[in-house]
Amino acid sequence: MSASAIFFYILSICILGGGLLAVTSKKIFRSAIWLLFSLIGIAGLYFWMQMEFIAAVQIIVYVGGIVVLIIFSIFLTQQSGKQMAKPSAGRIVFSLLAVCIGFALTYSLLRPYVFPTSSMAPVDMSVRNIGNQMLSTTEHGYVVPLEVVSVLLLAAMIGCIVIAMKIKTRTNE
Amino acid sequence: MITMLMSVELILNSVNINFVSFNKYLYPDKLDGVFFAIFIITIAAAEAAVAIAIIINLYRSHHSIDVKDAEEMRF
Repeated sequence: MSASAIFFYILSICILGGGLLAVTSKKIFRSAIWLLFSLIGIAGLYFWMQMEFIAAVQIIVYVGGIVVLIIFSIFLTQQSGKQMAKPSAGRIVFSLLAVCIGFALTYSLLRPYVFPTSSMAPVDMSVRNIGNQMLSTTEHGYVVPLEVVSVLLLAAMIGCIVIAMKIKTRTNE
Repeated sequence: MITMLMSVELILNSVNINFVSFNKYLYPDKLDGVFFAIFIITIAAAEAAVAIAIIINLYRSHHSIDVKDAEEMRF
């Protein structure tokens, strides 16, 4: 087994174990920390695939943004040491059933499918190339989704401010 | 409710891994999977921000963020 495969298995164990513990942990703060480990593992997997830009975006947005936001809201809204309520037995059974059926469906779809190996020359994954294609208006350009996503981010930002605003300002109008 | 948010983040991350690895190993001459992954990350960030604003507002009005306590609009 080569060093690359060993790295892959270590990262997979980190991601899967972190995700599993994040959804099964009894304390919500521990759950957030396991989610953090899982996200860092995913960023490591992107580094392993030599997608440095995606890995950097993953670390900045998820580890630096979303997990910090989640921990912040945990501290704001409830005691971090409090135990969460145990889910009912029927819910556990049905979620395990859903996992098994989903895995079986995916496996049965993937099993007969032969993945074609591409013979094209790999494209340069540099940030310059990604940026050029993202802002190009030619056939494979992504300028319209970029603009739509930027409008969506603006709408989400204004929506957050409006939702989290105090009601007192509304009555003063 | 925060647990639901974390689970959604995990699901979106698994989709991202699929997009990036399919792009890397099946279509290395294109960059489309990378763009899909970037847009998914952006939308996940927007979704997390809106969800946390809703959670904080719910906590302010109900003093609890359990899903079972917010059932005024259930039926």
